[in-house]
Amino acid sequence: MLELRDVTAGYDRRAPVVRGVSLTVRVGEAVGLLGPSGCGKSTLARVAALLHRPDAGQVVLDGEPAAGWRHRAPRAQRTSFGVVFQQPRLSADPRLPLARLIAEPLRANGRPVDAVPELAETVGLTADLLGRRPHEVSDGQLQRACLARALALRPRWLVCDEMTAMLDASTTAALVGVVEAYRRESGAGLLAVGHDRVLLERWCDRTVGWAELTSA
Amino acid sequence: MADTATTSGKTEVWRTRAVVRRSTRAWRVRGSAAVVLVLVLAVLLVPPFAQLDQQAVDLTAKLRPPSWAHPFGTDDVGRDLLLRCVYGLRVSLLVGVVAAVVATVVGTAVGALAGALGGWPDRLLMRLVDVFASVPHLLLGIFIVAMFRPGVWPVVVSVALTHWLSTARIVRAEVLSLRSRPYVDAAISGGASRHRVAVRHLLPGVLPQAGLAAVLMVPHAVWHESALSFLGLGLPTHQASLGTLVQSARGSLLAGDWWPTLFPGLCAVVATLAIAGLAGAWRERLNPRRRSELML
Repeated sequence: MLELRDVTAGYDRRAPVVRGVSLTVRVGEAVGLLGPSGCGKSTLARVAALLHRPDAGQVVLDGEPAAGWRHRAPRAQRTSFGVVFQQPRLSADPRLPLARLIAEPLRANGRPVDAVPELAETVGLTADLLGRRPHEVSDGQLQRACLARALALRPRWLVCDEMTAMLDASTTAALVGVVEAYRRESGAGLLAVGHDRVLLERWCDRTVGWAELTSA
Repeated sequence: MADTATTSGKTEVWRTRAVVRRSTRAWRVRGSAAVVLVLVLAVLLVPPFAQLDQQAVDLTAKLRPPSWAHPFGTDDVGRDLLLRCVYGLRVSLLVGVVAAVVATVVGTAVGALAGALGGWPDRLLMRLVDVFASVPHLLLGIFIVAMFRPGVWPVVVSVALTHWLSTARIVRAEVLSLRSRPYVDAAISGGASRHRVAVRHLLPGVLPQAGLAAVLMVPHAVWHESALSFLGLGLPTHQASLGTLVQSARGSLLAGDWWPTLFPGLCAVVATLAIAGLAGAWRERLNPRRRSELML
């Protein structure tokens, strides 16, 4: 179970973007977080994935409070999240070919990289794309690689921050399908952030609007 | 909306200009590369292979104007100025390259540390940079050279210690911008350590910029060496460098003998312009917006 308790976060202590928000993702649950652009939902997603230190509040992973943020978070806690961002161009190191990109979390943890072909197949990347660098593939293909990277360490929670906002309908369907297949098999929880009500309501067990979160 | 005729006309004008610009750029790069190659070969090959003594004094042939025997003329004790210029350029380029490399290494280390660590180390290092930058750098350079005996190494140290500031600032800004990219977040989430993020993701991103800064600094360092030597603080006067050559020719210039001043000065100008031309081409390649313009 992933719990965010009274999280206040932002980029300037005097003007926090997120004020006193609490949110729970139960075991195996898919929670959609709906909100207009710029409201702070991405910040909240980054806090949930331990990538941004909140000004106040707690993140609790299976009853255990997060011990730190970014590099200060213990590796076991950080890697229990698979994060997919909105813009694949910015979330891929431009120098790494896709195979290296997908293998990066495995290498960082000293695990064997032979899982890469299988991961690539899961997200629907063909072998010839794996040798290309990010600027040589389309946004959709790159986002597939980013999803494969997020799944590489078999995380307990997936945080998808507007994962499909840059993609066409068929790629969106394919990626959501991959996420759901992984969740069925592993029982991972999902926090999906977006502003597409139709998509999130079809995809998630429960959809929370930004307004209800902040008023409650 | 503009009608078709004007639109096509404009396109054509734009294309012609682009083609002209591209070809002049290509020629500038080729010209610079050729000049740099010739100068580097000259300073590397002439001293070991030519059986000529640059210090050979010939008082019967002093202050001869340029001729076939002495293309750059001779100086006030009859030494051949072409040979002196080659030796001078050798020393000046050596000083320039070593000083630029040292300054870039120091600047990159300081900038990368400041950018990657953030917080108080960042503030401390940047205030240090501000302190150095608040003193006019030629003055600081003179101060450093004055502490040592004249020679090549004090000049290198002086130029290097006064020129790492801008590289540190550039590298720090670049690291800060890279550090906030989502791909660093993704690496952290994937369990990468600080060291791994710095070495695998941040450093490769700043090295091209730092390398460019180093090349751009070479001509500047050559000028600094010349300035220090001209002021009589850099290299000892018997050691030919572009600066000492101009300095020792000052007296004869007032007597109307122009060649001992002109040719070493010309060497400095040609060498620095050629290196700067190459660096400019590199910068255009590095800048992705410019590059995409070139490809279109």
